[in-house]
Parts: sequence; C-alpha cells; structure tokens
Amino acid sequence: MNTILQTTVPGMHSSRSHIILDRLGSVIAVLISIALFAAPFATYRANRIVAGEGRMLTEALPTAGALGVTAVILCVALCAVLARAPVIRLAAAAAGLGAVFPALGWSAGFLTPAGNTFARVSPALGFWLLTLALALLAADALTRLRLGPLARLAALAVAAGAIAGLLLSGAWNDLSLLKEYANRADSFWREARQHLWLALGSMAAACLVGLPLGILAHRFRALRAAVLQVLSIVQTVPSIALFGILIAPLGYLAAHVPLAAALGIRGIGAAPAFIALFLYSLLPVVGNTVTGLSQVPPAVTDAARGMGLSRRQRLLEVELPLALPVILAGVRIVLVQNLGLATVAALIGGGGFGTFVFQGIGQTAIDLVLLGAVPTVALSFAAAVILDAMIDLAKGPSHDRD
Amino acid sequence: MSLRSSAPRVAALLLLVAFVTAPQLFSFAFEPLTANNAPAIYNQGSLLSLTLSHLRIVFLATLASTMLALALGIFVTRPSGHEFLPLSRSLVNIGQTFPPIAVLAIAVPLVGFGEKPTFIALFLYGLLPIFENTLSGLTGVSPQALDAAKGMGMSPRQRLFQVELPLALPVILAGIRLSVIISLGTATIGSTVAAKGLGEVIIAGLQSNNVAFVLQGGLVVALLAVLIHDGLGIAERVAARRSGRPLDEAR
Repeated sequence: MNTILQTTVPGMHSSRSHIILDRLGSVIAVLISIALFAAPFATYRANRIVAGEGRMLTEALPTAGALGVTAVILCVALCAVLARAPVIRLAAAAAGLGAVFPALGWSAGFLTPAGNTFARVSPALGFWLLTLALALLAADALTRLRLGPLARLAALAVAAGAIAGLLLSGAWNDLSLLKEYANRADSFWREARQHLWLALGSMAAACLVGLPLGILAHRFRALRAAVLQVLSIVQTVPSIALFGILIAPLGYLAAHVPLAAALGIRGIGAAPAFIALFLYSLLPVVGNTVTGLSQVPPAVTDAARGMGLSRRQRLLEVELPLALPVILAGVRIVLVQNLGLATVAALIGGGGFGTFVFQGIGQTAIDLVLLGAVPTVALSFAAAVILDAMIDLAKGPSHDRD
Repeated sequence: MSLRSSAPRVAALLLLVAFVTAPQLFSFAFEPLTANNAPAIYNQGSLLSLTLSHLRIVFLATLASTMLALALGIFVTRPSGHEFLPLSRSLVNIGQTFPPIAVLAIAVPLVGFGEKPTFIALFLYGLLPIFENTLSGLTGVSPQALDAAKGMGMSPRQRLFQVELPLALPVILAGIRLSVIISLGTATIGSTVAAKGLGEVIIAGLQSNNVAFVLQGGLVVALLAVLIHDGLGIAERVAARRSGRPLDEAR
C-alpha cells in the first residue's frame, strides 16, 4: 500500500502546468493499450473444469476481424485523449462497446473447434479491462452531460435494449457463460423470481410498516429515539449472523405451531431471509421518513393550518409530498441493499441468484459465479438509476442536481 | 459518557469475552437446541482463535483501504486531480451497487480459496465508504476556514494537514466505521471460501443441521459488530468535539 501512497502523494503538490491532453482520457488510453497488446482477450479451456489458456485478440479472431476491432478501439482511445465534447466521448465509448461485446461472442465461435461440445471460452483480463476502460469513458461523459432524470432513464433503456438484443441474437451463445445458462435455463428464471420476491417483497413490507412507524416516530420524540436506536443496532448485525439468529426461533415456531408450518415458515429457507431483509430495510425507511418530515419548513405547515386543513390533510397533502424525495432516497438505499443481500439468502436455502454464486464457488466455475453475480449487479445498478431518476422527478424542476 | 449509558456496553463486552474464552460455561443455554446428542458448543476449533483471525483480516483490510481511499480522496480534491472528481463520485455510486458477495465470488477463481479472495473483497469494497466520506469531508470544509488558513500564510500542505484533514476527520471516521461493519459481515461470508473466521461456526451449523452452532455463531458475530460499531462511534464523537463541529453531517 505504501507504494501507492508514495506514487500519488507527489502528484498532489506538483504539476500545476496545463496539459492539453485529457488526463482521464490518457489513463483510459493506457488501460486500452494494456488490454489490447499485453493481456489475453479470451480464455480457452478444453472442458469446464481444466485450467484455461489465454488467447490474445489476434489469436481469438480471424486476422481481418482482429485488425478491425483493434482499429476501432484505437480510434476510441484517440477520441478519449483528444476530444473534449462529452457527446463525442459518449459516442466513442458506445462504438467501442459495440465492437468489443460482439467480438467476444465471435471469438467464442472462432476458438471452439467445430462439433466440440466440451470446449469452453470465457472472457479474459483483456476483455474486462477494455470493458472497464470504455465504461469509465461512458460514465465520465454521462456525468459531464448532466442528463435530466428522463434522459437517464432513456439511456438505461437503450443500454438494456442493446444487451437484450445481443443476448437474443445468439451472438454470445458459444460463450461459456451462456452455456452455463442453457444448462439451467429453468432454474435460472426460478431463482430470478425468488431473488426479486425476496428483495422487492421485503422492501414492500418494510414500506408498509416503516412509513406509519416513521410518521409516529416523527410525532412522538420518545418513540423516535428508541425506534431508531433499535433499528440501527439491527442494521449493524451482519446478514448471515442475523439469518442465523432468526433460524432458531423460526425453527421452534415451525416445530410447535402447526399454522406456521402450514404457511411455509421453516427454520431454514426463505422465511428467515425474508424477515432479515425486512428488518434491515426498516432503518432507511423509518429514518428517512423522520428526516423528510422534520425538514418540512414550519412556515409551510403553519400556512396549511391557517388554510384550515385538518391534521390528516396536512400530513397527506403537504408534509408527505414535501418529504417524498427524502423518503424515496431511503427506498433507494433499501432496494440496492436488498438486491445485493438477497444473494446471501442462498446460503440458508433461501434461493435467489446467490444459488449460482455459491454453486460456482464450490465448483470453482467462474462462469457459474458470473451467471449469479452479473444479473445481481445489473439489477442493483438499474434499480439505483431508476430510483435516482424518481428522486429527481419528485424534487421537481426547481431543484438543481449536484 | 454517563455511567448509565455505558453499563450495557460493558456488560455486552464482558459477555462476549466470557463466551469466546470459555464457551463451555454457556452450553446449558444451547443444549435445548441440539438433537441426537450433537455438541452444543462449536468443537471444531477454538472460538477465540476464530474471533481473532476474523478481527485480524478485517483490521488489515480496513487499514489498507483507508490508506488508499484517503490518498485518492486527497488527490481528487487537490487542483491537480480536480479533473477526476466528478467521475470518481459516480464511480463510488456505481461501485456501491456491487454486492460484496459478488466481489468475493469473482475473486475466488482468480486467486484461489483461502484468505486472499476474502482480503481482496474486503479491501475493494471497504474503499468505497471511506473514499466517499473523505470526499464529502474534504469538500465540506468551509471556504472561510480555508481562506483564513491561506491568509495566515499556510502552504497547501500545511492547510491540508492542519486545517482540512482535522476538520474532515469525523466524517472520514464515519466512513471507516461503515467500512468496518460491512467488512465484518463480508468476512463472515468469507468462510464459504475457506478463510478462517467466525462464519465457520454458522456454516458448520448449517451443514450439520445444528441450530445451536448457527445461533452461537450468529450471536458472536452480531455482538462483535454492535460493540465495534459503538466503539468507533465514540471515537467519532471525540474527534467531532475536538474539531469543534456537530456530528450531524457524519453518518
């Protein structure tokens, strides 16, 4: 770690000189060069379990294809270094991703010998570095463009559409990741539904309980301190520990209360995971409801009172709408957190995408891990973008985004 | 800190220490949960050594991520690194949508089983909250304070170490606290990839269908996390009092 500190510290004080080259673009160009010329693009394995061998881009594609992809990526690197306009940089990043992603599928088809059903091709360091560099370029361009909420939703839809198109077109079907998917397509969608049910169901339950609780906690100061303190202690307990603590009482309940067993409540499985996610979700919902309500200016509530609004009307028509952006920020935290934590539920038999992650860890099959991890990350990312946009929409046009 | 509010803390700490050093004393509490004469107390290793290796990996990973995150946070808030500030903000936002388990799982095929993937996951994921809070702490220093320091003839280096960092310290500490708590949880899951830690107790209980193991592992991890969270919270309040500003900005 010391070396990292030492290399970054001098840079802080020196270099006031103005360089015309874009510095972030230069970092991206260096990443791209390493990815193209010093790292394997794809990994080839004779079967699912043996160690893989790296294949450089020139080996992974027919010569003309490799030259074409390299040329496109080098143009993108040039744009990153020289072009300042965010729109051009975004277009360059999109063009780069549009070359790299299909190229991976193409290399899988090219590297797999005809008729060989055991061979596996996976993305290697070069592909990941290229994706990282291009995603950095795109993220930087999008940050600088300062898109409004609707434009960000549109960008998300375009990206999702492009990925869906790539997957549906069959261009990636020779990749090991999709072979893992094809082997368990049914269980994939079953675990996907289970994952969403765990994450969204516990969030909905937490909103149903947390909103009224937050409103009460806002009204009664004594309740507020107690509730927030208990919830923050719950939030501190690591997920797997909370699952473990819940397993004992739920197991007892299932063994001694016939109704609980009939409802499907068991010591292990989805029930402890659902309850744990619900408990974790309460703090952001209750805490943000309290914060949002306490930020409503007293002058506004006074005016509402002066207009003759009843307590209930004030709450529903004035206070809650004004507190909405803060409450939604709590919902965003809950959603992103739950989508990630639901992965751990697989450890106690709760299902979800974590099933593939832990199976993959057990078999040291990285593609199986990715089959569970990639959808989880994609869902959390989409949820974050969508809720950020909703928060901005709830704030209304008068507020500037930071 | 009044005596009344610290009494439960001390009691919880004593209970934890007593349990990990002499767990057999508590076997009466866990016996009702076992079946078929299964052991009531974890017997495949000492709870004390598991606790210590759990704490060790969390400490080392947090130390490493604190150093890098602080250096990066300082870099992007200097004039020479300003170009990277907006991007690093969005990267932190994007990075935090990655579940820690995904980082752990992806590290395993790359570096093998054991402590290494756990350390990498703790380190990488631990960076985000510290970096985020370093940014908000350093950018939240009031311009007046900076102007005053400039007027006193302080060099940029002196301003950083004598004004900006001390003022940002409570917020940075809050980030470190968040990072430690996330790491404690991720290290527990690290036991699925054969890192030594308290997760072993829970996983052994799940595998052998022994609820007593699952419960005691869960309780030890939970108590540990709550006590550490609390202890770091006290450190934050001390730092906030020293820097003379209320803690409401810190999370």
